[in-house]
This record gives sequence, C-alpha cells and structure tokens, in this order.
Amino acid sequence: MTVPAPGLVRPRTRRRLLAAGRPGWSAAVFVAAAVIASPVVAVALGALLQGGLQLPGGVGGMVATTLALTVLVALGTSVLGTGLAWLVSVHEFPGRRVLSWLLVLPLAVPAYILGFVFLSTFDYAGPVQSGLRSVLGEDLGALPVRSLGGATIVLVLTLYPYVYLLVRAALSDLAPTAYDAARTLGASPARAFRTVLLPLARPSLAAGLALVTMEVLTDFATVQYFNVRTVSVGVYLVWKGSFDVASAVSLASLVLLFAVAVLAAERALRGDARYHQRGGRGRGLERRRLIGGQAVAATGACATVAALAFGLPVLRLVTWAASAAAEENPFTDTRFADHLTSSVLVAAIAAATCVVVSVVLAHALRLGGGPWVRAAAQATTFGYAVPGAVVGIGVLALFSAADRLLQALGREDGTGILVTGSVLGILLAYVVRFTAPAYQAVDASFARIPPTVSASALTLGAGPGRLLGRVHLPLARSGVAVALTLVIVDAVKELPLVLLLRPFGFTTLSVWVYELASENFWERAALPALLIVLVAVVPVALTFRNPATRHAR
Amino acid sequence: MRRPLARTLPALATTLLAPLALSGCGLLGGEEADLQVYSARHYSLEEAFAEFTDETGLTVEFLYGDDAELLERLKAEGADTPADVFMTVDAGMLWNAGEQGVLEPIDSTVLDAAVPEDLRDSDAGWYGLAMRARTVVYDPEKVDPSELDAEDTYAALGDPQWKGRICMRDETASYTQSLVASLIDLHGRDRAQEIVESWVANDVQIMSNDVELLETIDAGGCEVGISNHYYLARLLDEDPDLGVALYWASQDGAGTHVNISGAGVVAGTPSSAEAQQLLEWLATDGQSAFVDGNHELPVNPEVEPEPLVASFGSFERMPVDASAYGSLNAEAVEVLDAAGYR
Repeated sequence: MTVPAPGLVRPRTRRRLLAAGRPGWSAAVFVAAAVIASPVVAVALGALLQGGLQLPGGVGGMVATTLALTVLVALGTSVLGTGLAWLVSVHEFPGRRVLSWLLVLPLAVPAYILGFVFLSTFDYAGPVQSGLRSVLGEDLGALPVRSLGGATIVLVLTLYPYVYLLVRAALSDLAPTAYDAARTLGASPARAFRTVLLPLARPSLAAGLALVTMEVLTDFATVQYFNVRTVSVGVYLVWKGSFDVASAVSLASLVLLFAVAVLAAERALRGDARYHQRGGRGRGLERRRLIGGQAVAATGACATVAALAFGLPVLRLVTWAASAAAEENPFTDTRFADHLTSSVLVAAIAAATCVVVSVVLAHALRLGGGPWVRAAAQATTFGYAVPGAVVGIGVLALFSAADRLLQALGREDGTGILVTGSVLGILLAYVVRFTAPAYQAVDASFARIPPTVSASALTLGAGPGRLLGRVHLPLARSGVAVALTLVIVDAVKELPLVLLLRPFGFTTLSVWVYELASENFWERAALPALLIVLVAVVPVALTFRNPATRHAR
Repeated sequence: MRRPLARTLPALATTLLAPLALSGCGLLGGEEADLQVYSARHYSLEEAFAEFTDETGLTVEFLYGDDAELLERLKAEGADTPADVFMTVDAGMLWNAGEQGVLEPIDSTVLDAAVPEDLRDSDAGWYGLAMRARTVVYDPEKVDPSELDAEDTYAALGDPQWKGRICMRDETASYTQSLVASLIDLHGRDRAQEIVESWVANDVQIMSNDVELLETIDAGGCEVGISNHYYLARLLDEDPDLGVALYWASQDGAGTHVNISGAGVVAGTPSSAEAQQLLEWLATDGQSAFVDGNHELPVNPEVEPEPLVASFGSFERMPVDASAYGSLNAEAVEVLDAAGYR
C-alpha cells in the first residue's frame, strides 16, 4: 500500500519527539529500571558467585517443551483473543454487551485453581469421563487429558483475555474513518479487518502476546497438573528436589533469556508499523448487525468460550463450597474478612504503584531521551518473566543486605522499616513482577496518540507535567484503566511472592487457598477461591463502566 | 465529568494508602507471640498450638510456606529472623536445614526418650514429630492382596503382570523423590534405575495428587497405586464405602517406606528454652493433638494412633535415613528423569 488510508499516518521519522528528552523524566526511567531490576540482579549475581552458570541435565528437552507450549498458547490466544475482540467490537448480535465483559472474566481465575478444576473435571474419575463411560461403556479407556494438548487448552482459556482486552481496547479507540473508507471503497468486512483494523491493533496484539508468553514461561501450577516438563518445572525440581538454589536460578535466567527474545520479537512485531490516528481517540466503529445464522454463531461462540473458561470453574467451585458450607457455617469464620482485607489492600496499592510507574515510563519515552532510556523502560518489564519465588528470594537478599548495611553504619535498629518480610517487601516484589502488564497496557495506549499532538502541546508552551495531565493521560485513559485492572487482578491472584515475603499474621486469600489446596482440602478451599474470583471481577466490571470504554460495550 | 487522571491518581493513591498507614502496626507485625514458627506444615497446627497455649500459657504463631522457600528465607534473614522454630514435612529437608546451619542443637532427655533414634538428627538439630507411611493401595474388587509381592512391594510393581494397572505420583512430588531416594539407598542406583524403568515400561499413570490417585482407583481407572496412608484414611473417613484398600508394603523385606514431619530450633533465637518446650510437648503430651487430625502416625511409641489409622493394622517400617534421603534426592530426580518417568 503506497498511499496510507485516510485518517492514518505513518510517521516513520517522527516516532519520538525531542531526541534529547527531559533529564528529569529520563532519570525517573533509569531509577525505576534500577529498582525493578535490583532483586533479580541480586539473586542472579548470588547464583553466579556461588556456582557459575550451571544447567542441569535434560535442559534440551525442557527448552523444546517450553518452546512448543509457548508457541501453541501464543497461537491459540491470538486467534481466540483477536477473533473475539473483533466479534464484539465490529458486530452487533444478541447478548453482545453481556458477553463482551463475561469474556474478560477468566482473567479472574488463578491458574493454580483453574488447572486443578479442569483436571478434576476431565480426568478419569471426573464427571466428564465418568459420564462418557456410563454412556459409551467401560471400554472407553483413559482419555489423554494430562498432556501438552491439555495444558495448551487450559492455558489458552486462561490467558486469551490479555489479548482480547488489549485488542478490544485498541479497536474501541479507533476512529471509524479509515475502516469506513475501506468499506466504502469496496473492501469486504474481512478485508477491511485484515488491512485496516489488524495493523492498527498490532501494537496491542503484540503487547497482549508478550504478557501471555511471560505467563506461560513462569507458570508452574498448570504444567505440573498436566505433566508437561517446561523449564519452570525444571527450576522447581532443581531447587526443591536437589536443594540446589544456584542451579535453579541459572535455569530461571534461561527463562529470562526467553523473555528477552520474546520482547525483542514484540518490538519487531510493532516494528516500523506505527499507526496513529489523526484527531486523537475515536469513538469506535459503527457495529454491523448480524442476523440469522451468523448472529446465532457469534453468540454461540462467545457464550461457549465464556462458559468453558469461566462458567465451568466457577460452577465447580460453587458446588464444592456448598458442600463444605453444609458441614461448617463459613460465615462465622472471621478469617474471611481478615484475609480479604489483606488481599484487597495489597492489590490496590500494588496496582496504583505499578500504574504510576508505567505512566511515568510511557510519558518519559514520549518526551524522548534516546535508546538508553528506551532500553531502561523495556528492562522494567522483565520481572514478569522471572518466577515469583526467584523475585521473592531476590527481595529478601536485597532487604537483608540493606539491613546489614544500616547496622554496619551504626544504626542499632537497622531493621526498622526494612525488617525482612514486611509489607514493603511484598509491594516491591509486586512492582517488580507487575509493572510489565501495566506498562504494556499504558504503552500500547500511548502508541496510538499521534506525536504531533504531543508536539503541538509542547510548542504551545505546555510543560511536560501539563502535557501529561491535560493531553497524554486523558488520551490514554482506556489504557490506564486496563492497566489498573490487569495489575489488581494479577495481584489478588498472586501466590509465590506473598507466601514467601509476608510477615507473621499477614495472610491473603491466595495464601489461604494454597494452604488448604496443598493438602487437597479442595472443598474448604473453594469458598476463599471464589472470593478471589469475586475480588478480581470487581475491577473488571468497573473498567467496563468507565466512560473511557463505555462506547466499547 | 472528566477529571484528568493526573489529579485522580494521587487522590486514589492517598485513599488507598491511608488505611494501610492506620493499620500499619497490624500489617507490619504487631505484637509478637511468645513463639514464632516457620512451618511447611499446616494441618492441625492451630488446634495443637491452642492446646499448648492452654497448658503452658505460651502463645504460638505460625507462618506457613513452602519448605525450600522458608529455608531460603531463614538463610537470608540470618540473625534477624523472627522465627524461633522451623517445622517441615520431609526428612531430607530437615537434614538439609541441619546442613545449612540454620538450626541449633537441642539438649533434651525428654525428646531423646520420646523420638526413636532414626527419626531424629544424630546431632540433635531436629526431631521427627509425626510420621506418614507411603504404601501400596489397591482396588479390592480387582486385586487380591496375595498378588502383591510381600518382600519388595514397590519394586515388584514393575512386574509385567501390572502392565497398564498401576498409578503413581508425579516426579515433582517430594513423596516420589524420597521413595526413590530410599530405593537408591536400599538397592543402589543401578537397581533403582531398573525399578523406575520397569514402572515406566508398565505404562504407569502419573497423577498430580494423592487424592486424585485414590479417586481414580475407586472409579476403576487403575488397580494399584502408591499413596500416603493418611489420604486414604481421610477419604475413608468421609466415605467408608470407598473402593480402595491399604496394603503395608515390603513387610517380608525392608519394611514400608515412611517419612516424617519434624522441627528444630532456629539458631540464635532468644527463645530457645520455650522453643524446646514446644518441641517436647509436641513429642509427648501433644502428640495426639498434633498427628490425629491428619490421621498421621505418632513418632512416640508410647502414643497410640487414632482408631481409623489403627484399623489399618500395625506394620514394620523401613528405618528413616534422613541424610540418605536428603543427599540422594538429587539423584532420585536424575533417576526419574533418565527413566522418562512423566
């Protein structure tokens, strides 16, 4: 295409503004990168000093399995996520409004719960195979549920909402001009989608896929349930089976290398193709009404995905919770209120912090600053690709080093605020882990703001602060809302960090679920698990009531 | 109204931080209990510790976590650790904690008398407090116990007659690792390798938890498996008609494989006397409170197991060699890997 479609500009040469940037904002990026990288660097250095880079046997097989799983899940989530986003953004069909937000909800179900629920539903003794046997006879044998295929299906169903959310946000920000022009000029809806919408949504698709990939790389629960030997299973085996932390960390750095490759690929995928819109954020597309069989198919497809990925696990949990409640009234248990408060507090503070950091990063990048500032901003996202337990160990090492330093400097109570296992430690760890989803969402939103808009504001005399408050934030609102939602949801579900770093007497819902689930008390774990889902559903629902995304419903 | 987020966000952050600041004391520790325990064990701790507090007036608080991670935390915290006692659920991990120097020796005639010699550290760094057997379970409708080899039951599951009939736990389970470590200890690595390979050759079905394994046997998905005795007891407690029976493995040979939950006093704690008191109580007066809720076996020979476990009958156990399980765990993982056990 030599002539860009109307409404689109491809400012190849104007990707960033003033190359020099603003020193203060650039410095903020470096500080954020240093703080976020420090725990991981601390633990990696510790491992290197202890034993050098030593990889256990069988690494080749684990790497191959990890690659296969990652590619399969990435393919599955992009097809499912983009397809569903396109269905609900560009079409009108019965139940679309409700379905369009039901489809986000699988995000609210932690992988360690979903994996177990799926397995217990579909394994030999589960209701599905039992039912099949009673219909088809006992000779059916065991279905291969525990396999790469099984794990792929579960991970795609858990993770597609990342792609769906980000692509849908991109489509909802669109000005209809380009799409309408393409249609008027005779492009079929499919062709208009391929040539106009997909390129515009590409940064968001790439951002979503990066998150999906990092989740797959650090997932342990699902792969363990489904007996798939990825590198993170290797990390676990080496650490907990061989008591060899140094090798485990070496292996975890391999995961990190994977992630660096993925993020490089993501940048390449966004690549030169930077599409901005004239006139800032649009009002979304005029939806095409589907009728007859098409409408039934669209409703059916969305409903099936929502039912499988969210309805089924919640139904199982409700059944278990009910049978546990029949034995013991859970509402007299004060722990629900305690643990709920802890979960919500930590998640909300973590989300606010991560989003502020992300906005600062994205804004600073928009002001320019050169390749080093860009690289530093990118480095803040790597924490998402480091297994939670490794980040936790890093924070512990860092805090105890700070403690000792303070004591060496003569402060007897060097342990004051830096006492290991403080809530501060948990928050730092959360920021390390969850800046990535926040940044991906915010940055994808910033990418759609034309640089000309920023430039005009600066030319007209607005300082960087005013530019942020009056121009960038209002235009990136949907991204900020998505970022808040993603981090809150992730943080409420988060387990390894809080398990490792929490102080005495501080228990979140996820820790409680883990305590019960690790001893197979699934019925008793069901109610707190449902509470996690409920807490995560709230921001998801609120995001959809936000005026910034209302027209997308 | 469209308020710029630049103004909303700080307001939001303040709103969120205020309750944290107010409740800061509670969140950042608050008043400490007399004894603080890092525990990889969760079941029946609340009940047992409450009883201990009733009897002694000492309050106990525990922080539950994964044992390998808690050990890393202890090492990172060093002298600053808030923990007085480290409690874990695997003999190999107890041995490892001793090796890493996070425990201090205990001088207690009470503990020495209550805990059999193979269930405690020879340097008195840690003591076993509860015992679990990892033994063979079977579907009584399809398997006659006489078909099982009484001399080396675990190894004999590699016999071709069990092809397609056995199920076991995955290799990430410490249960599997310590069972294989004990086979290496008993037979040498080469023979252990052959045994695991013979299981694999028998198309062993790998399960991700013991309850799933027992339910699969009950549903007819496999006929013989290896499970912790207390999971079977727990399921039988809920449903006495469960179609799974227990077989004490290797009674004519080395005995049934057992593992322990145990604890040690954290090095450098100012409360070592109270910590020792807690361990002594758990091994004697508190044994039943500690083990019965989870259908575990008491380590103290003076204490009877609870009735459901007692109904499984008495059995000979394989002596626990914690240093072997700990030092051979890595080899066990290698053996499982090499055999393609997955």
